[in-house]
Amino acid sequence: MKLAYYPGCSLQSSAIEYDLSTRRTAEILGIELQEIEDFNCCGATSAHNTNKLLSLALPARNLAYAEQAGLNVLAPCAACYNRFRTTEHEVRQQAEIKAKVNRAIDMDYQAKNHTFSVLDLLVREIGLEKIKEQVQKPLRGMKAACYYGCLLVRPEHHTGFDDAEDPQTMDQIMQALGAETVSWALKTECCGAALATSRPDIGGMLIGRVLEDARENGAECIVTACPLCMMNLDMRQKAGEKALGTKFNMPIYYVTELLAIACGDEPQKVATDRHFVEAISYLESLPARAAEMDAAAAAAREKAGKKKAAVKTETPEDLEKKTAAFLKAIEKNPEKIAARLIDDEERAGILASIMGSEEKKAEKIAGLMAADMEKARKAADAYVTGELKKKEK
Amino acid sequence: MEQAFKIRPASQEQKKLLAQIESEAGTSINQCYQCGKCSAGCPVAFAMDYTPRQVIRLLQLNLMEEALGANSIWICASCEMCSTRCPREVDIASLMDALRRQALVSGRVTDKKVAAFNKAFLDSVRRFGKLFEAGLLLEFNTLTRQFFKDAELGLPMLKRKKVHLLPEKIKGNEEVKKIFERVKEIGGE
Repeated sequence: MKLAYYPGCSLQSSAIEYDLSTRRTAEILGIELQEIEDFNCCGATSAHNTNKLLSLALPARNLAYAEQAGLNVLAPCAACYNRFRTTEHEVRQQAEIKAKVNRAIDMDYQAKNHTFSVLDLLVREIGLEKIKEQVQKPLRGMKAACYYGCLLVRPEHHTGFDDAEDPQTMDQIMQALGAETVSWALKTECCGAALATSRPDIGGMLIGRVLEDARENGAECIVTACPLCMMNLDMRQKAGEKALGTKFNMPIYYVTELLAIACGDEPQKVATDRHFVEAISYLESLPARAAEMDAAAAAAREKAGKKKAAVKTETPEDLEKKTAAFLKAIEKNPEKIAARLIDDEERAGILASIMGSEEKKAEKIAGLMAADMEKARKAADAYVTGELKKKEK
Repeated sequence: MEQAFKIRPASQEQKKLLAQIESEAGTSINQCYQCGKCSAGCPVAFAMDYTPRQVIRLLQLNLMEEALGANSIWICASCEMCSTRCPREVDIASLMDALRRQALVSGRVTDKKVAAFNKAFLDSVRRFGKLFEAGLLLEFNTLTRQFFKDAELGLPMLKRKKVHLLPEKIKGNEEVKKIFERVKEIGGE
C-alpha cells in the first residue's frame, strides 16, 4: 500500500514524536509513505473561523497534489484530517464550491482521492490481526484511557470511520498491543484546543477535567492520536493541575509511539524521551505491573477455588446428616433449641410445644437450621404467630 | 441575561442577514425546539454568557445584534459535540462559525484574544505557507499585549527540539499568498 503523507505543521515541530512514530508504524506494517512535496498548512480552526472559502482552499492545494500523484492521503493530525475530509466532501457534493475552490488554488482538483486518519488506516485498511503479528514486546500491565477528542470522530458525516459517542478503534489497537483499556466518560470530550493559548482560564479547566476522568476510571496513562490533544494534556498538564488543584503526573502517548515500541522499537527511537511529562519510566514499569497483575489474578483464582470447594462439602449428604442431628436435638430437648431460635421466653415456650407435638414442623425447622439459621429463625417465628392466632379464635 | 429585550417582527434587512447566515452554515434555526441537549454537552458552556441553545433562541427572536455580540461565539471551540447530539439535526457548530465570520466582517468582535490568535495563525500561513509556531505565539502575545505569556514553556520546548527559532518558508509560498489574494477577490463565502 502506498499513500501520500501529509505531516502538517505540528508534526514538524511540537509533535515530532508523532511524525517519527507514524513513519515507523508505516515501515513496520509495510505501508509506503510519500510525503506531499512542499505542502502548506491546512488552516485549521483559524481558517474556518475566519473565511469558509479559505478553509477549503488551503487543504485543497495539498489534496490536489496528492490527486495528481494518484494517491490517497494519510493525515495523522486530527485537525488536518478533519479539514481534509470536510474539503473532500464539500468539493464532491457542491459544484459551486468546487468551482470557487479550483479558482482559488488555480488547479484542477476533482476530490477523487480520500484522506485516512491513523486509526482508520490501522483498523480498517491494515487490520488488527496484522498488527498482532508484529508485536514483540506486548504492553501487558498498561492501563490506558484511549482519548479520541473531537476532530477524529466528529462530525460523523465527514469522518465516519468510528462511532461518534463511543469510538472503539483506538481501544482495539491498544488491546491488540497487549494493553488494558479503561471505560471512561470523556473519551470524545474536547481538550480545549487553541483555547489553552487564547483563553487559558477556560482551557486549563478542560485539560484538567479530561485528566481527572481518566484517572478516576483507573487509567495510568492516556493515549491520543492528535497533536493538539498531546500538547494540551502533556505540555500544558500543569495548567490542568492548577485549574483543579491537584497533581496528575500522567504520561501521555501517541498511539503510533506505543505501536512502534510494542513492535520492538526503543522509546528513544520515536522520541518518547522528549515528552514534557516523563513517559519512559511507566513503560519500564510494565513488566513488574504485569507480574503483579498475574499474581493478583492467581490469588483470586485460588480464593474462588477454595470457596467453591467449601460449598461443595455442604451438599447433599452433609446437609442430611446435619438435619438429622438437629432433629435429634429437638426431640431430646425442644426448649433448648427453641431458645436458640427465639429470644422471647414465652414465644420460645410455644415453639417448643409446637415442635414437640407436630413432627412435620420439627423436621422443617431442623432442615432449615442445617441450611440457613436465619431462615430457621423466621420460620420459627411464623409458626408461633400462627399458633397464637389459632388460639385467639 | 437578566435584561429585558423588546421583541419586534424582523425587518427585511434582518431577515436577509439571518437567511445568509443560515445558508452559509447550511442549517435552519427553525428546526430547533429548544431542548438544550447542545448546551448540556457543550464543554465550554460554563464560560459562556449565552449557552448555545440561548444563542439560537436569540436568532429565533430576531435578536441578531445580541447574538453577534455574545462572547459565546468566541468561546466555542468548534468541537462539534452540539451538532453531533442535536436530535433536530441543527448544525450548531457551523452556525457558530458563520456568526463568528459575520461578527468579524461587521467589526463586532467581543473576544479580542481568540480573534487575535486566529489573525496571528493565518498571518503565519500567508507569509510562510505553513504555521511557524514560535512566531505565532510571539505575534499573539504582542497583539494581546501579554508579553510573557507561556514564556516558561519556551526553554523546555527548545531543549526538546520541539520549536524552530526561525521560520521555514515552503517553496510554494507565493502560491499560498495567491490563494489568500484570490479568496479575497472571490469574496469568501
